[in-house]
Amino acid sequence: MEDDAPVIYGLEFQARALTAQTAETDAIRFLVGTQSLKFDNQIHIIDFDDENNIINKNVLLHQAGEIWHIAASPADKAVLSTCYNKTSDSRVVSCAAVWRMPSDWDSGNHESPDDSAHNPQTLELLCHLDDSAHRNAACVLWEPMGDGKRVISLADNHALLWDLQESSTQATVSSTATLEGKGQLKFTSGKWSPHHNCSQLATANDTTIRGWDLRTMSQIYCIENAHGQLVRDLDFNPNRQYYLASCGDDCKVKFWDVRNVQEPVKTLEEHSHWVWSVRYNHSHDQLVLTASSDSRLILSNMVSISSEPFGHLVDDEELSEGEDNHQEDKSKEPLKDSVVSTYEEHEDSVYAAEWSSADPWLFASLSYDGRLVINRVPRALKYRILL
Amino acid sequence: MDADGSVSDESGRRRRVHGMLKLYYGLNEEGKIPEQPQSLDPCDINGPHFDPELYLNKLRRECSLSELMDHETCMVKQIRSLDSDMQTLVYENYNKFISATDTIRKMKNDFKKMEDEMDCLSANMAAITDFSASISGTLQDQHAQITKLSGVHTLLRKLQFLFELPARLNKCLELQAYAQAVSSHRRARCVLQQYSHLPSFKGIQDDCNAIMEKLAQELRQKFRDGGTSAKDLSECVELLLQLDEPAEELCDKFLSHAGSRLELDLQGLEAEIKPYPPTPAPKEAATRRSSSSTAVGSPSDNNSPKTLSLPSPTPNTDILEFIDRGCNEFVSSLCLVITSYQELFVNHAQTGELASKNIPQMANGKLQAFVDDLAARYFSLVERRIQEEKGVGDNSLLVRALDRFHRRLQAVAKLLPGSAVPTRGTEIVVRAATERVKQYLSALQSFYMDSLTDVRQALATPRLSVAGGGTHLGGPAAGRDAPSSLPELLSSLSASILNQIKSVLASVHLFTAKDITFSNKPYFKGEFCSQGVRENLVVNFIRFVCQSSRQFCESAGDKGGSTPPALLLLLSRLCLDFETSTISYILTLTDEQFLVQHQNPITPVTTLCGEAREAAQKLLNHYVKVQGLIISQMLRKSVETRDWVNTIEPRNVRAVMKRVVEDTTSIDVQVGLLYEEGVRKAHSSDSSKRTFSVYSSSRQQPRYAASYTPSAPMDTNLLSNIHKLFSERIDIFSSVEFNKVSVMTGIIKISLKTFLECVRLRTFGRYGLQQIQVDCHYLQMYLWRFVSDENLVHFLLDEIVGSSAHRCLDPSPMEQSVIEVICERG
Repeated sequence: MEDDAPVIYGLEFQARALTAQTAETDAIRFLVGTQSLKFDNQIHIIDFDDENNIINKNVLLHQAGEIWHIAASPADKAVLSTCYNKTSDSRVVSCAAVWRMPSDWDSGNHESPDDSAHNPQTLELLCHLDDSAHRNAACVLWEPMGDGKRVISLADNHALLWDLQESSTQATVSSTATLEGKGQLKFTSGKWSPHHNCSQLATANDTTIRGWDLRTMSQIYCIENAHGQLVRDLDFNPNRQYYLASCGDDCKVKFWDVRNVQEPVKTLEEHSHWVWSVRYNHSHDQLVLTASSDSRLILSNMVSISSEPFGHLVDDEELSEGEDNHQEDKSKEPLKDSVVSTYEEHEDSVYAAEWSSADPWLFASLSYDGRLVINRVPRALKYRILL
Repeated sequence: MDADGSVSDESGRRRRVHGMLKLYYGLNEEGKIPEQPQSLDPCDINGPHFDPELYLNKLRRECSLSELMDHETCMVKQIRSLDSDMQTLVYENYNKFISATDTIRKMKNDFKKMEDEMDCLSANMAAITDFSASISGTLQDQHAQITKLSGVHTLLRKLQFLFELPARLNKCLELQAYAQAVSSHRRARCVLQQYSHLPSFKGIQDDCNAIMEKLAQELRQKFRDGGTSAKDLSECVELLLQLDEPAEELCDKFLSHAGSRLELDLQGLEAEIKPYPPTPAPKEAATRRSSSSTAVGSPSDNNSPKTLSLPSPTPNTDILEFIDRGCNEFVSSLCLVITSYQELFVNHAQTGELASKNIPQMANGKLQAFVDDLAARYFSLVERRIQEEKGVGDNSLLVRALDRFHRRLQAVAKLLPGSAVPTRGTEIVVRAATERVKQYLSALQSFYMDSLTDVRQALATPRLSVAGGGTHLGGPAAGRDAPSSLPELLSSLSASILNQIKSVLASVHLFTAKDITFSNKPYFKGEFCSQGVRENLVVNFIRFVCQSSRQFCESAGDKGGSTPPALLLLLSRLCLDFETSTISYILTLTDEQFLVQHQNPITPVTTLCGEAREAAQKLLNHYVKVQGLIISQMLRKSVETRDWVNTIEPRNVRAVMKRVVEDTTSIDVQVGLLYEEGVRKAHSSDSSKRTFSVYSSSRQQPRYAASYTPSAPMDTNLLSNIHKLFSERIDIFSSVEFNKVSVMTGIIKISLKTFLECVRLRTFGRYGLQQIQVDCHYLQMYLWRFVSDENLVHFLLDEIVGSSAHRCLDPSPMEQSVIEVICERG
């Protein structure tokens, strides 16, 4: 069962920001934001043709500044948000904004592929997610599975909940939560939980992970010293509402049950440097992707804490179809937590990794030198999970 | 012819006569042998089948006339001699017959005379008989009278005894000659019983019974009183048994009586343990003691005021004294009780008439139960006392005490062969031994932890000079003669651990000494040595050392601050030393001392060594991590807190960098104290002078990997990209080797990588970049010497400068010469 070779795409600029186009469920499409101080920054729309193993790219200009974070609207394919750095008067300011892609970015590409590279279209600004009091946005979170009307931005020590109105052209802060404590606290990342009616948020600052109730904007749990050093990223298990994964500068990936935050449920220590990103697979939550500045991407199979700890649950109906032997074999050797694969296609630190929103077996990772690698879950594992 | 015939006739007759004579004198057997061969020949003149006709014919046919004539004369001669022989024979016989007839006639006359004399004798005898009969007839009456009189006499004597019995018994009672009384009564008892229907005898019997009742009462009283000696007591019991007291009851009484005395011993023992629990106990013990002493007047009476006046919570006696007392008082009196009991109820009864009543069995059963019960209480006391032996200072006392305890129980074993007491005693010894081993283990563990604390304190006390020299003289300020340099600490730590283990082994070894009775038990020969000492004590301790070391990595892992890095380093070296030599030494020592027979699976040396090595590795890795983190944090803070866009032109190396170099140097010194140098790659002579190629204008043309999708020309630092393509991937937090260079490489790798990642998150102005250039050059100048491969430092520093150049708004690098000048200035 030969696995397909990874597909590599090189950007000409350094890049940190990567997201799957969440609202797109048919095409495998990723958005990458570049970081360049000298040139106009770009957003690369990367379409992956699964059948032919070909990448199609489209470039949109993001002239506002270098992109540190990018997120796509879950409702509208054309809408996305970025956090970017703007330099003016030898000052660097972090901003956040919601953008709309021009409607014909797609069509233009097909007619004259060469032209598009030279004359990229520009994003249309819908609204800024800043006000004078709250700057330095670290990331923007869309309401998961929402209608694209609600957005949270994390700026310094504030979490701002925005309502987007009039086709997202206006944004108003509906509520805020502020992190208080000694010293200069600053949110480094966060995640909007898809559970509990999307009423919970998890944030990371320094070594602490906090949970917030968005209805009251108050803290509901706090994992002090979740990691020995800075917490870099978080992700919610899409199928188990209390399970949360985190990663950080102590090279560890930890899995938490937020009902009991004294000890992590599980700890992975596979990377040899800081772990920058952790992502659950959207459908098969035993698959966890981690990206690290040791230039590696690791796919782990965390069966024991997944929603299907005993493998795929089989109906009686299926069993009666004469597959008994096969099922017995499977129950005899349950899958163990293990590293499925380590991907070493990157040469520089990998800062982002994302699962495709269209194909659950496909994921992209982005390293600082602008290399985007698209990989698939090994077929053997895929069939094992499916069958 | 006639003559011939007559001759033959004559010879035949003669022969027949001869044969008849022979027959008469029984000579035929003698003649058989010569006769038989000739017997069938009819021509043999002497044969029985002689046929004269044949003979004659034969002669006539064979012989000539002259021969015949000769033959005839010879024959006539023979006939004549035979005839004369016969005549002499007849005459001889005739004479003999005549003399025999004479003798018979003479005898006949003699017998006639004798007959007459016999008749006279018989007449005389008849007269004597008559006379005698008349005499005895006259004496008959008197004889009967005498017999009767003597019968009456004996009866009267017996009666006299009976009548005197009550008085005699009374007297005996008065004189307390119980034995005599009982034997007297026993003699009379049956008679009295038999004639009890006669009123006079009845009276005597009643009197006797009353007296005996009194006597029994008295005996019982005496029996009940504690004061009597064992001998008296046994006498009592013997008498009571003879008095038909029920044996079972007696057994019970005897045992309960003995029990109460043993109880006193036990209470005395208990009182010695009692004062231990601090607050309520003394009073309680005192009251208990006084009550018990008033009740029975125990010898422990004089002890109670002492305990009252001495409220000290320590046990009054050491364990040896305690066990001694237990042995002397309890065990010996128990033995005494057992012997006298057996004497009384078992052995005695077996011989006497009581044997029939199954008394020995019953008595034995009771004794077993009694002994078991008391021994159980004794054991529980002993165990309690042993449990109080927490101090591990002097094991010999405990061993001696246990030995004595065990030895004395052997006496019980001899007396009561089937008893469970000795085995339970051995169990207690075994338990005590295992408990002891456990205590030693925990003592070792706490010793280890204490020495670690000491080391920690020694490390924490400020050292006056790192470079040595004044260390020893400057040290005393710490108030302790703690050696403050790492190697000394290490050697003193490992030496003290080793010594401690040795002394513990020596102490434990006492359990198996030859002169100790229980050392012969299979437990102490086998399991105690292999499982108890080797596995539970030595192996567990080594494991504990490794585990506690590992815990330093885990518990402190997240914060990193709680364990001083130097301690980690020291422990790592300690574990490594354990792996290389100490473990095998200790185990060999143990095996030799205890002659461990490996019947049970035991932990092999290699496993332990592996564990130790693993711990050492983990500690060293953790050390690298912690030290790396400390330097990383400095670098990180320095990058994150500065506004790199609006910084001024660099004039100096930033203080942080100097600090980094200083710290690295001191870490290098620290590691060098404990670990060897290690191998490094050859480096160029002027590494510090190397120029950065980071932002030079001479760029190689970009070379793309085939899989790259062509896109706009890359203006990034391709050189480093290409470098990365061909260089090995650097694992930042990776395992290090056990040498200085590897450790330092690890620390520097971690620090520089952090620097790189932090730089990438910032935006730089022109001077910001230049400052980074200066800083990196400075690091370059000093750090290369610590690492195994200087290219690694170059590469990471290149990356840092490259990244900062890339993150620079106005990338105009500083001249290399200027950088050098600034760095050299300090």
